[in-house]
Amino acid sequence: MSVPRDDGQAPVVPISAAPSYSADGGGDAPDPVAELLAFLRRRVTGDYEVDEFGYDAELTDKVLLELLRPLYHHWFRVEALELKNVPEEGGALVVANHAGTLPVDALMMQVALHDEAGRALRLLGADLVYRLPLLSHLSRKTGHTLACREDADRLLRRGELVGVFPEGFKGVGKPFSERYKLQRFGRGGFVASAIRAGVPIVPTAIVGSEEIYPKIGEVPFVARLLGLPYVPITPFFPLLGPLGLVPLPSKWLIEFGEPIRTDEYDPGAADDPMLVFNLTDRVREVIQQMLDQLRLRRGHAFPPFL
Amino acid sequence: MTHTVLVTGVSRHIGARLASVLAADPEIGRVIGVDTVPPPSLTRDGGIPLGRTEFVRVDLRSPDIAQVIAAADIDTVVHMSLVSAPSRSTGRAAMKEHNVIGTMQLLGACQRSATVRRVVVRSTTAVYGSSPYDPAVFTEDLEPHHSPDHGYAKDAVEVEGYVRGFARRRPDVCVSLLRFANFMGPGVDSPLTRYFTQPLLPTVLGFDPRLQFVHEDDAVEVLSRMATEDHPGTFNVAGAGVLLLSQCVRRAGRPALPLPSPAFRLLGNAVRGAGLVEYSPEQLRLMSHGRTVDTSALERELGRRPKFTTAAAFDDFLRSRGLYALGGARR
Repeated sequence: MSVPRDDGQAPVVPISAAPSYSADGGGDAPDPVAELLAFLRRRVTGDYEVDEFGYDAELTDKVLLELLRPLYHHWFRVEALELKNVPEEGGALVVANHAGTLPVDALMMQVALHDEAGRALRLLGADLVYRLPLLSHLSRKTGHTLACREDADRLLRRGELVGVFPEGFKGVGKPFSERYKLQRFGRGGFVASAIRAGVPIVPTAIVGSEEIYPKIGEVPFVARLLGLPYVPITPFFPLLGPLGLVPLPSKWLIEFGEPIRTDEYDPGAADDPMLVFNLTDRVREVIQQMLDQLRLRRGHAFPPFL
Repeated sequence: MTHTVLVTGVSRHIGARLASVLAADPEIGRVIGVDTVPPPSLTRDGGIPLGRTEFVRVDLRSPDIAQVIAAADIDTVVHMSLVSAPSRSTGRAAMKEHNVIGTMQLLGACQRSATVRRVVVRSTTAVYGSSPYDPAVFTEDLEPHHSPDHGYAKDAVEVEGYVRGFARRRPDVCVSLLRFANFMGPGVDSPLTRYFTQPLLPTVLGFDPRLQFVHEDDAVEVLSRMATEDHPGTFNVAGAGVLLLSQCVRRAGRPALPLPSPAFRLLGNAVRGAGLVEYSPEQLRLMSHGRTVDTSALERELGRRPKFTTAAAFDDFLRSRGLYALGGARR
């Protein structure tokens, strides 16, 4: 559902179709200069659409993901595997492991799904994201929203591809020594949402994110001072200052597993804690297995050197 | 059956427009408009022709309203008289008294009345507050994480509490509670419309809230249908879609001035003294986190959507004030 326009000029593009704005017009190649000017005119006059969550599909595709693409292709050399397991349309819940001290894995997964599966990823993020300046509106503009039952249900009902990292801060902030060990999976709220909407759960393993900022310690008192869940120490941060913020160029693999169906349950089953816990455990085990296999398959974290 | 409709807050724009629509309806016998001040004169202050509306000057805080209701055999009450910003002369205390005590007096009179069959109360989506902890889209049954604890929104929360109490005590009366998004349109004069007509628009650095507007025409239409048909319940009223503040600023063609939130608050206190624009803490939260509501309940109930989307309502407002995006007039 996108915002209807009053002047009825441009066609309303369903946001879930993750439109690529460069590919319009039949045979003749569009003039890149005219296209850029039209883009700039729309941006300057505010004549563009965002959905009710604040997702700005054009800005995401043309600017924000464009900034991430070099990182995706050349720095991390991400390979997205088994993309056929991502439904081409309709609601689905992508559940992935979370690691890397900073949530770079979320961004890379978004690029993978947007560019290679043609789906806009709508992530559910922590409230911390929405409290912070800059991050709060960038997160909304790239299609993400607060991890809460209402938003998850609403997005899935609309047929969007929703992504969650059930480990949350426990996962992304875990020490390097615990790499590729899945942490506890929250309260299983994501499973309940999938059951209520009757959408499949796509278990996803991300290998490579663990090595970008190896966290070997933290500074709890600074974290408390700043109201952050942790302030990390890595081999290069804070030692090298801002240079320490450059992520290490590990090799990444993202594998999408076989969807786990939830439509065979009655929507009321979402209120059965035992069933929800069991299904949560099943998803967790599947992801852990995928992680272990994928890690073997990748071999060295920083090929070809080590 | 002929109706007698009482409209409170008739001296302000939406109330006056509603009264004139109701006065033009042949089904309605009498329209009685009340307010604390007389309606603006037609010729000088851009008043609205009220037709055969009978105006009674009543201070809602006094029990006089009970006499009006008793004397006129009123069967429908449309309570529009919520003040959204303190006036320069009387201040916040008077505003709160007007909103809360006024509603209590009015509902008390309705509860005593044997003739009142329908009560429509104007509320605001501000009752949902604005915070980073709440879902992106509010439905009517959602409890906000932080209930508003300040100003207009707090008044509205209290007013809604009294309305619910009244509905419980008089289950035979059809009670409709309408939560309006910010009004937008050529005739609307609110803190938000005054904000957008400033030469420089201060924004909160690092935040770009989602805003929703309802066009005055749609507001009047919804209110008049609520006043003439039974639609019990609580409904969000807003134009379809959202606009980001940055989009609004660009459409208005005005430069934005991003300020860190403490500076925004300081500036707010400074200009509040001048009485030009209101930058209350509530406004700061709205300008940081925004607010979007779900309007599907109203669409199901009335069987139609508002004519103006949020963007169309805003553009109509801009046109009426002669504001255009950079690069000339929009179509």
